[in-house]
Amino acid sequence: MAMQPAGTDIERRTASVIADMKGLEGPLLPILHQLQDEFGYVPAQSLPVIAEALRMSRAEVHGVVTFYHDYRRQPAGRHVLKLCQAEACQSMGSDRIAEKVKQALGIGFHETARDGSVTLEPVYCLGLCACSPSAMLDGEVIGRVDDETIEEIVEAVRT
Amino acid sequence: MNIKADIPAFIEEIDYGTPASAAEKTVTLTVDGRSVTVPEGTSIMRAAMEGGVEIPKLCATDMLDSFGSCRVCLVEIDGRAGTPASCTTPVGEGMVVHTQSERLSAIRRGVMELYVSDHPEGWNEKAGTGASEFDHVAAMVGLAENRYGVEGRNHVKPDGGVAPGHGSLTVDYLARDESNPYFTYDPAQCIVCSRCVRACEEVQGTFALTIEGRGFESRMVPGMHEDFLGSECVSCGACVQACPTDALREKSVLEKGLPERSVVTTCAYCGVGCNFKAEVKGDEVVRMMPYKAGKANHGHSCVKGRFAYGYATHRDRILSPMLREKITDPWREVTWEEALSHIASEFRRIQYQYGRGSIGGITSSRCTNEETYLVQKLVRQGFGNNNVDTCARVCHSPTGYGLNSTLGTSAGTQDFDSVDEADVIVVIGANPTDAHPVFGSRMRRRLREGAKLIVIDPRRTDLLNSVHVNSMLHLPLKPGTNVAMLTALAHVVVTEKLYNEDYIRERCDWDAFQDWAEFVSEAHNSPEELAKSCGVDAEAIREAARIYATGGNAAIYYGLGVTEHSQGSTAVMAIANLAMATGNIGRRGVGVNPLRGQNNVQGSCDMGSFPHEFPGYRHVAIDSVRKIYEDLWGVKLDSEPGLRIPNMLDAAVEGTFMGIYIQGEDILQSDPDTRHVAAGLEAMECVVVHDLFLNETARYAHVFLPGSTFLEKDGTFINAERRINMVRKVIEPKARYSDWEATQKLARVLGLDWNYTHPSQIMDEIAATTPTFAGVSYALLDREGSVQWPCNEKAPLGTPIMHVDAIVRGKGNFVRTEYVATDEKTGPRFPLLLTTGRILSQYNVGAQTRRTENVVWHAEDRLEIHPHDAEQRGIRDGDWVRLRSRAGETTLRALITDRVAPGVVYTTFHHPDTQANVVTTDFSDWATNCPEYKVTAVQVSPSNGPTEWQRDYEELSRKTRRIKGHLEAAE
Repeated sequence: MAMQPAGTDIERRTASVIADMKGLEGPLLPILHQLQDEFGYVPAQSLPVIAEALRMSRAEVHGVVTFYHDYRRQPAGRHVLKLCQAEACQSMGSDRIAEKVKQALGIGFHETARDGSVTLEPVYCLGLCACSPSAMLDGEVIGRVDDETIEEIVEAVRT
Repeated sequence: MNIKADIPAFIEEIDYGTPASAAEKTVTLTVDGRSVTVPEGTSIMRAAMEGGVEIPKLCATDMLDSFGSCRVCLVEIDGRAGTPASCTTPVGEGMVVHTQSERLSAIRRGVMELYVSDHPEGWNEKAGTGASEFDHVAAMVGLAENRYGVEGRNHVKPDGGVAPGHGSLTVDYLARDESNPYFTYDPAQCIVCSRCVRACEEVQGTFALTIEGRGFESRMVPGMHEDFLGSECVSCGACVQACPTDALREKSVLEKGLPERSVVTTCAYCGVGCNFKAEVKGDEVVRMMPYKAGKANHGHSCVKGRFAYGYATHRDRILSPMLREKITDPWREVTWEEALSHIASEFRRIQYQYGRGSIGGITSSRCTNEETYLVQKLVRQGFGNNNVDTCARVCHSPTGYGLNSTLGTSAGTQDFDSVDEADVIVVIGANPTDAHPVFGSRMRRRLREGAKLIVIDPRRTDLLNSVHVNSMLHLPLKPGTNVAMLTALAHVVVTEKLYNEDYIRERCDWDAFQDWAEFVSEAHNSPEELAKSCGVDAEAIREAARIYATGGNAAIYYGLGVTEHSQGSTAVMAIANLAMATGNIGRRGVGVNPLRGQNNVQGSCDMGSFPHEFPGYRHVAIDSVRKIYEDLWGVKLDSEPGLRIPNMLDAAVEGTFMGIYIQGEDILQSDPDTRHVAAGLEAMECVVVHDLFLNETARYAHVFLPGSTFLEKDGTFINAERRINMVRKVIEPKARYSDWEATQKLARVLGLDWNYTHPSQIMDEIAATTPTFAGVSYALLDREGSVQWPCNEKAPLGTPIMHVDAIVRGKGNFVRTEYVATDEKTGPRFPLLLTTGRILSQYNVGAQTRRTENVVWHAEDRLEIHPHDAEQRGIRDGDWVRLRSRAGETTLRALITDRVAPGVVYTTFHHPDTQANVVTTDFSDWATNCPEYKVTAVQVSPSNGPTEWQRDYEELSRKTRRIKGHLEAAE
């Protein structure tokens, strides 16, 4: 029952974001980015509001949101850890790194720890191939990830 | 006589893969050694098909722009590297194309192998119908192996069946979506070619489907991953038609199997007149497929024509003639012979007792031209009077009057294709996306291309919710103020000198223009003054006028929101005035276009259904016209106009009109002031209803003749663009006779020597006696598909656009259009204005659509009311409310919405128990008696349930529908 006021709040805040950015050329992606900044994810309730404001259909907005993995459908944990799984990192053992991180955190890709501390995601190239395997924690890139780095990362997200 | 003895077994229209190019310049190329010449801009795929070479394809179809995603249509071109996709590569002069080679075969097989690896049950055990395009392409490329296995991620592993519960579910399995009553979506069979998504966007314009996700997780989903029924989907069927697999497939085909033969015919719902292939298995229609060669619909359809044909076999259909002495008696099933001889003796008795003018007939806008022609002929020749009228009386009679007095013809000026060249589209009192959906889609397509939209309507219609349309202006006027609005627009056109003087001097009556210009320029006709009546901002009116007059090709489309008013004819003339003054008549992209409500309302008017006119709108007082028919029919014809429907009912109450033959119309439900109609019918001594169902009118009938559906007869319909479309018999009449045969039988019992053996002979008689139809014959229609009248020696193939060289009348006439407020006014007792309309899934009084699965979209009529008005009255969404006018009251449930303005309420009239016309008044158009359905002053208050009238009516209907020997009355 607490959902209803929250829903209207989301719709109101969505409308305000749209109002700020509607004038941009191709406003959909910037609006979605802004919503993700605002809420930490793109709420499903925002989509029909965007569709109406931009004279699109709900289906079209849904298609765009689901196409980009970067747009979250649920709130993320307090920290977001992305592990690169693209070719260069793979060749430098990112598979093994991913397994270790998953074990250490007790979650898989696209999952959030039960205490809400961290969300783990794969990413396909951070442009840091020279320092493979690479990762990104809360927007900061980390190169040459090894067992030691993993420990540091786990330590950081647990606190 | 059977015109088409050699009906093809099954009609398969060629799919050229990409749309035709409109370019005039041609290009010649070679495809597999054959020389092919096509318009510039044509794709290689299409050029090859035109040259008889089929290139395999999955994501391409000629209803949609090319997409280039499936990669099975690759070709080789001499002098070019690689293997370009033939669907996205345009032809070039002298190009040499090879569609077959070792390399191409290997690529295509490789691609298909990947597709089948993720297709349920493996590639050689066919899923679905086993006859999809996908199966065809798999066979075409000669797929011989599948190295990837068949355990794809998105379907059930093949150790059981395809259905859940058999075999094990895989990670990406999505359950079938059976929510739509007419088609099923099985995601496991989907190959993500996007044809459905593109059809929904490009053809239908609803954008209800999308591809969700990316990569291997890509799935087609409706809305935001909703089911079809809960999404924006309007069930037009374009996606099902586009699907190359059986992922989207008609349930009827999955249940009953593939059709064996097909017949091209014309839909019997709205005035768009879509052509369909009625596909039949045995003697059952299993599918209606839109016909790509149909000139009105070009292969598109709506939920009604495509799917809602189940009424034809509904158990409520009456298949035997029935008789009764009194309307309170139960019906008694009788033979055709007994029924017809009873009618004949009763009609003769009534005429003997009450005079020649005491009986009459009503023709139907639902029946064919040939059937309508016969009914008016029966009345004129057999009854010896002109007491014939039609339901067009209650819809578009002002169009006939208004356009005739200004332009000289009683019909729309354009063909539908003309909208493709319109720059400004004005829609007045019409709701094309609901009432004329296939044309609504065309309009939306043009709007997405950048045409400007102006909607003049009390309600925010769905056209204003079109996606990807950026220029829209809505003038939400008060009901009943069209003439004020149109005159205010004219004021701006004249006073701001936006009119086209050259055009007016050349084509119109200059004196009439000056008189009109002087009138509209008067200060009391300015937007600022008339805005007080319309309730619309004056500046918005000025802006609309400027856009209309200066925005390029401007076309006006209007509907019953214009005609069904006390000033309906005036409003039609005001529309014609505006179009002439701005030079928007006589070429493509412009014009004045009434959107006709019913499949053959144009035809029924053309066929002489009015008491004062013979076919072709020629007055009965004209001696030379009467002579044509007197010579042919061998009788003296009455030169005095007969009675209109309202006059017939008045005369019945007065005791001078006692017998009526009503073919295919439910006047009790569709005519205004239901109680007055009931009183008139009740007073008559012999009411004959010829219909599919025991409709509302049949409650007062003494004789019931079972009618035939459009599937059971040959004939023609004329759509809103004057297009004469063929209706072809698909199955034998279930009640033994087509309607034209039944009318002929009646005529013969009445002593008339009619001997038509096929409707083509009736059309020959129409052509021989009516100048605008002089060139029409079934042979011509079979050859051309359809033609638009006038069709005669001057225009042997018909006339798509009228008034091209000159306005038909000679010089266009401008008529003063003084706004006179209707007598139906709001006041303290009735403070709200009620207006009425239609919804997409239902059709008119709903006799057909209520007897189909379409009820899932609209199970009851609701009263739309603005939140402000609702709150004042303590009404919540879904509450029962009492709707009361000076004429009567009814109850229905409220729907709270801001689509209507404060002060306005709106409802549909699809369900008989709502009885919206109980509250409408008997005010009508001053010129034509067209009832004022669109304006009724009402009060709305909370209520507990049905009114006394509704309860009495329920009781009466139970009593009057009993059939002897049947346990339960129909419906």
